[in-house]
Amino acid sequence: MTVGASVTPELADYDEAVASYDPVLGLEVHVELGTLSKMFCGCATAFGAELNTQVCPTCLGLPGSLPVLNQQAVESTIRVGLALGCDIAAWCRFARKNYFYPDMPKNFQISQYDEPLCTDGHLDVDVLTPAGTTTVRVEIERVHMEEDTGKSLHVGGATGRIHGADYSLVDYNRAGIPLIEIVTKPIEGTGRLAPELARAYVTTLREVMRNLDVSDVRMEQGSLRCDANVSLRRSPSDPLGTRSETKNVNSLRSVERAVRHEIRRQAALLDAGGRVVQETRHWHEDTGSTTSGRSKEQAEDYRYFPEPDLVPVAPVADWVERLRSELPAPASVRRRELQARWGMSDPEMQTLVNAGAVDLVGDTVGAGAAVDAARKWWLGELARHANERGTDLSALPITPAQVARLVQLVEDGTLNDQLARQVIEGVLAGEGEPDQVVERRGLAVVSDDAALTAAVDEALAADPEVAEKIRGGKVAAAGAIVGAVMRATRGQADAGRVRELVLERCT
Amino acid sequence: MSESGSITRDEVVHLARLARLALDPDEVDRFGPQLDVILHAVSRIQELDTADVPPTSHALPLTNVTRSDEVRAGLTQEQALSGAPAAEDGRFRVPRILGEDA
Repeated sequence: MTVGASVTPELADYDEAVASYDPVLGLEVHVELGTLSKMFCGCATAFGAELNTQVCPTCLGLPGSLPVLNQQAVESTIRVGLALGCDIAAWCRFARKNYFYPDMPKNFQISQYDEPLCTDGHLDVDVLTPAGTTTVRVEIERVHMEEDTGKSLHVGGATGRIHGADYSLVDYNRAGIPLIEIVTKPIEGTGRLAPELARAYVTTLREVMRNLDVSDVRMEQGSLRCDANVSLRRSPSDPLGTRSETKNVNSLRSVERAVRHEIRRQAALLDAGGRVVQETRHWHEDTGSTTSGRSKEQAEDYRYFPEPDLVPVAPVADWVERLRSELPAPASVRRRELQARWGMSDPEMQTLVNAGAVDLVGDTVGAGAAVDAARKWWLGELARHANERGTDLSALPITPAQVARLVQLVEDGTLNDQLARQVIEGVLAGEGEPDQVVERRGLAVVSDDAALTAAVDEALAADPEVAEKIRGGKVAAAGAIVGAVMRATRGQADAGRVRELVLERCT
Repeated sequence: MSESGSITRDEVVHLARLARLALDPDEVDRFGPQLDVILHAVSRIQELDTADVPPTSHALPLTNVTRSDEVRAGLTQEQALSGAPAAEDGRFRVPRILGEDA
């Protein structure tokens, strides 16, 4: 362990860093496939199940158990490969990756090593720049199949992290869930846009997965995870620099922030005449920085060998071609269709894409809301909440159907925008459906004229000077009374109607 | 293995580390030659002419053995934890892990 290395060194100014160095990215994205059962056994894969209840002798690695491959997992992987323009191997095998770590009870993980199922693809990614949208083709090196690992909880120690922990507790519900790893080739030439490109790549990849319906791709639940490799070099003609691999990047905004942080950290090191250590680093959402994990200088010795308990996978050409013919229209085509239907400009649509809000807005519109209203709430108030919580929009505990209901309540005059914001707060706080929050918090707009008239009279009586001005014809003075009534009704009055009533009472 | 075909002391130490075995120097000296005997026995296969034999990783010439994506009942939490040396709050309890972060 290198305790000294975990002290965050000074960060270079970002503009100076990208002026002095050429950043190169490599992105490894793990996606949990949304199969009903695990990769090699029939255990369920539901998220959030009771601890160690979706386990069996196979995924617990008990003696005598044998893995049997999930046909659907192979099919989903091939579909992902095809959607990314990959070649599908005619024949490939699984390999054992041997290591001692309690997240895999077998002491090895079944993965693919030198024979991945899919190779040599690409994904076109739109990045919004000050000069407009530019499309970057990201080359995909491989897509391979493996099994997910269990989840460890480290107990004791000052930080709750592994260093200094007294012991660990492990839940194997996730162990054996089908996982695919999508690895890019080095992404070069993006310069100062590298952080935005990284985010746009993961966003676009997530869109592809959703479009194929192979995964629920929820970063906050870990069904899509990104490791970001970053290296710097003086000039694009230089060989690749030493890279760091940042793990634990669990939201779209973290992907961008982590890459930006690594560029600044490495630039500061190189500026000072130091060198970048090839190592795993861990992203910390709270501090917006990375700390050193394990050094890769003593390269891991996983002693991969062909998995003897599984026979090779040899996809029949007819089957692959059938899967190819059954692929849905590409996510990018679907996005353009939506953009046309919604009548949005390129920057407007790109903003939705970058916020990871295309599907959320789409589902909200599908639930009956107008596009503009759906967009306004997701990119406005809800984006503000997501930012505050440091998560993505999709991680907020509010559904598109609930947002659509909110829009409807505003449209029919039950709520105004101010009240709607309070309803959102209530829904996010777990107070129930929008209608329940309205009822429990007593939030509906007061449209009862008698009640409003009483409030207006009270406000006029409380401020006779202003009342006199209005009576004297100074209509602009009515604003003060309207404000007083809105305060008195805790924002629940229809301001337009209050204004009418004020003028009515003063003539 | 070194060029002479014998396993080196460093290799024994490395293998022991990978297998999480704590060997004292005497044991390294004792197990090295024993591993050598095994390696030499296996390496005799290199004397055969295998130019016409395709490499194989399985005894059976099968491919695409799969099952359909159906959920089958597994173990209960109690059953799952019943063989564990230690458990706590529904989880397997394991010694702290050093040298790696997760």
